[in-house]
Amino acid sequence: MIIQALTFYLFATIAVAAGFMVIASRNPVHSVLYLILAFFTSGGLFVLMGAEFLAMIMLIVYIGAVAVLFLFVVMMLDINSVDMKQGFLQYLPIGGVIGAILAIELLFIVSSWSFGGDTSLIAATARPVVSEVGNTQSIGLVLYTDYIYAFQAAGIILLVAMIGAIVLTHRSRPGVKKQNITNQVHRTPESAVELKKIPPGQGI
Amino acid sequence: MAEFIDIYLLPGLWILGKVLLIVVPLLLAVAYAIYFDRKIWAAIQLRRGPNVVGPWGLLQSFADGLKLLLKETIVPSGANKGVFIIAPVLMFVVAFVAWAVIPFDDGLVLSNLNVGVLYLFAISSLGVYGIIMSGWASNSRYAFLGAMRSAAQMVSYEVSIGFVIVTVLLCVGSLNLSDVVMAQEGLWFFIPLFPVFIIFFISALAETNRAPFDLPEAEAELVAGYQVEYSSLTFALFWLGEYTAVLLMCAMTTTLFFGGWLSPFDNFLFNWIPGMEAFNAFMPGLVWFLLKTFFFFFVFSWIKASVPRYRYDQLMRLGWKVFLPLSLVAVIVTAGVLVAFDMLPNAS
Amino acid sequence: MSRISQVAKTIFLWEFVIAMKLTLKYFFKPKLTINYPYEKGPLSPRFRGELALRRYDNGEERCIACKLCEAICPAQAITIEAEEREDGSRRTTKYDIDMVKCIYCGFCQEACPVDAIVEGPNFEFATETREELYYDKAKLLANGDRWEQEIAANIVADAPYR
Repeated sequence: MIIQALTFYLFATIAVAAGFMVIASRNPVHSVLYLILAFFTSGGLFVLMGAEFLAMIMLIVYIGAVAVLFLFVVMMLDINSVDMKQGFLQYLPIGGVIGAILAIELLFIVSSWSFGGDTSLIAATARPVVSEVGNTQSIGLVLYTDYIYAFQAAGIILLVAMIGAIVLTHRSRPGVKKQNITNQVHRTPESAVELKKIPPGQGI
Repeated sequence: MAEFIDIYLLPGLWILGKVLLIVVPLLLAVAYAIYFDRKIWAAIQLRRGPNVVGPWGLLQSFADGLKLLLKETIVPSGANKGVFIIAPVLMFVVAFVAWAVIPFDDGLVLSNLNVGVLYLFAISSLGVYGIIMSGWASNSRYAFLGAMRSAAQMVSYEVSIGFVIVTVLLCVGSLNLSDVVMAQEGLWFFIPLFPVFIIFFISALAETNRAPFDLPEAEAELVAGYQVEYSSLTFALFWLGEYTAVLLMCAMTTTLFFGGWLSPFDNFLFNWIPGMEAFNAFMPGLVWFLLKTFFFFFVFSWIKASVPRYRYDQLMRLGWKVFLPLSLVAVIVTAGVLVAFDMLPNAS
Repeated sequence: MSRISQVAKTIFLWEFVIAMKLTLKYFFKPKLTINYPYEKGPLSPRFRGELALRRYDNGEERCIACKLCEAICPAQAITIEAEEREDGSRRTTKYDIDMVKCIYCGFCQEACPVDAIVEGPNFEFATETREELYYDKAKLLANGDRWEQEIAANIVADAPYR
């Protein structure tokens, strides 16, 4: 178990350090890269907990898709860190107040946290034996029976959000030349190429 | 102390040995994959290809590797040094790490993960970071354009690959790659799922940035895309990582659609032939696996030598407007057929 | 109808199948290129390769230091210094050719009244350093000695067309 504990502390340390670097690093692209590192190590933590399905989904969804788009946008925006620091003092009071409120809330939560009697017992009842039911299967069984309505509602909300984003950002501009792929694909050599026999010395 | 050796050291060394047993032959295979790639293009263009270093040029890749190793690593002054160096290493490592779950033969797999398919999919989606990071860190227009193209391309085609994998998983009922292979005993998946296989193969070409989807490199317009500023060992790492990813895609095609290590002669078509059973028992599954993987590598090179490069808008159209709907339909149809004829695996 | 067949062709990737068939056919065809370092293509007698200074049959160097080659060289790759030898004949003390500058135009051998400077049939003289490509008189004469037979044969073969 020592190895497992060591691995946990390694991943946890990296994740926390990376999370800190996300807000501490000066270069926004570095921030996103640290964010990806944090995602990756938290994926590792999921594996340590025996939730390999969640870990892989974490990798695929967050790192494989979402973070790529983050990185994409941040690289394209070319954010100047000097400009961003300009209003720092101006926003310091309100930011400080919000930060203080959050810190107090966290403090309350942590101080009122009480551990249930025997945690290992509760954990054992909640979790099926890993060797019998893979956690992919167990998640699926819960997701598509007990929580089917919530799951489908989440799907529909995401779909609406996606369509909404497309509708809001889509502008139809007149006079734009577009590629007509169907026509391009269906062009034949007969309609595109004309062979001409040119007698020597006369030109066309 | 003895306990420490027994519990930690020996198993650790055993795992390390198994890792080396995969990585070293894989590196050799990649070196020869590059050589065969060049030979195949050359043959199709009626050339001879590398023929000087070693007999028939067999040592060409090693000569190239040695040359790259001995050259100076140049870091452009405008580059973001850390990211610039990490990017090729990341690409190389990611390409190799994925091989941990590939079953070479029955039981011959480094880590028989029960989410193997998802692991492969996740790792192959990480490959894009090497490219993006290198493109951005190089601080060069060409490299950045190449990286942007590649990121968009890989993210687009990952979607259709994902749905294709779901289709296969519907027929298997497990995320374990060994189970995927065992489910194909008797009937390899490329027969019932042929259109899906075609979609997967073309998406695999796009995912590994191979021709006709090699826009991120596009020698003619982007010089070499994201690799433009790289030299020496960093360039070699890109090269190795790229070919390892190609081989991985070939291995994935073999595992998902062509029955992994299963013998092509071990089915009702051939079993009546006398002596076939002895032949099947004689040929180890590993050989079949490698033969199939090499065949797909040949097809990769063959395609590269045959077709011209796609235009960027055509590439995006193919990914989003053709493959995505088609693979979605494939998922629905496959699921529908499986449910309708009560053929769902593990119907518990 | 043609529209339908076009659509069918698109769906079944027909054009790709044809292209792949064609390339596979070429894959098995005999190669057009030669197995270069072990097998070499024919060279014309007029081939302009590595430069060489020739000698007469009695061992006397041909060059009389007229400096016509130096004058005509468009790349100004040739440097000549001349002095009177003990026997009173005019000879070069220095005959340098910068092979990095040379463009292999062949003007020097056209200009030469005694066929001393010639471009031989050798085209494999790559070196590891630049310095090795700054040819001096000794190197050029050595080249001439080594390639004399072939150079002489080439000149004879080309003579009727001049």
